[in-house]
Amino acid sequence: MSRRRSPEPLVWLLFSGGGMAAALLVPVLLFLFGLAFPLGWLPTPDHAHLLALVEHPVTKLVLFGLSVLALFHWAHRFRYTLYDGLKLKAASTLIAVVCYGAAAAGSVVAGTVLLLA
Amino acid sequence: MARKRTTITMEVTRFRPGEDSEPTLQSYEVPLRKEWAVLDGLNHIKDHLDGTLSYRWSCRMGICGSCGMTVNGKPQLSCATFLVDYAPGPVRVEPLRNFPVIRDLVVDISDFMTKLPKVKPWLIHEGETPEGEFLQTPQEMDEYKKYSMCINCMLCYSACPVYALEPEFLGPAAIALGQRYNLDSRDDGDRRDVLASAEGVWACTFVGECSTACPKGVDPAGAIQRYKLTAAVAALKDFLLPRGARR
Repeated sequence: MSRRRSPEPLVWLLFSGGGMAAALLVPVLLFLFGLAFPLGWLPTPDHAHLLALVEHPVTKLVLFGLSVLALFHWAHRFRYTLYDGLKLKAASTLIAVVCYGAAAAGSVVAGTVLLLA
Repeated sequence: MARKRTTITMEVTRFRPGEDSEPTLQSYEVPLRKEWAVLDGLNHIKDHLDGTLSYRWSCRMGICGSCGMTVNGKPQLSCATFLVDYAPGPVRVEPLRNFPVIRDLVVDISDFMTKLPKVKPWLIHEGETPEGEFLQTPQEMDEYKKYSMCINCMLCYSACPVYALEPEFLGPAAIALGQRYNLDSRDDGDRRDVLASAEGVWACTFVGECSTACPKGVDPAGAIQRYKLTAAVAALKDFLLPRGARR
């Protein structure tokens, strides 16, 4: 096979999955925890209830998945913003390492926070 | 009552490489008529005002794809863009962007002509050919019909910022045409080595200007995103599955 092996399909899948997950879940979370609960539009669940919810393994898995995908979505988009917007394609390897590295580091932080919760 | 304007100023790019140091704009006053497209204005200039003006055109009805130009900064078919929509003017007519200029409004399209056959834009059929017609249901035709409407006018290349930065990029129309045959139920061709390369779909950053510019509703940006998913899934299969189970 003459095709050049490239990690692009993998990072694009993370990018597109991240865009989809963030678009579906983040507005709902922002609406609930940023507007509806603080402003009293909806009955606010008490702390013990929320803590129990977050401590459930399924919730942790969903939140972890959302964090990882959203971070890689950012990394991919920011990488191309630097490439094309600022015309920095000459430093492409460095940019890719910094962007995806930051997303990977953020994923580790998110995982640690969720595991300790 | 103010007298209705009967003429409009057209500012047209003039350029002869080798003779002129850089393109200049020349103004012409042409009749402003309800039924006149920008192309009719250019024909009026050529026939009555200045026979040295050069531009491409043929069918005057949005089929041949010859008369793509930059009209007031946007890539347009000059036969489908009407002068009254730019009244009181002036209306600026420039060559398509992202292509070298041969003369005045005529651009060199050889880059596209080299890339187009690379996607094998024809039916590739394996196995026996059916006797008589090769039947297809309306649903099967709907899968690719939109992408088959391309007239190769290259407005999408002119609109694409990625093509402007990376001339290696296969480009919107060529990929959409590859997808037109990929999605055809009669086709068994493999275009992956060209489409799924770094210069193929992976160069696209989904700006979407190609689909905005397309005068035939082809939606090349949509075609490219669909193929990205196909290519990404195929790449994952290559990675995860044993050789025999692929495809």
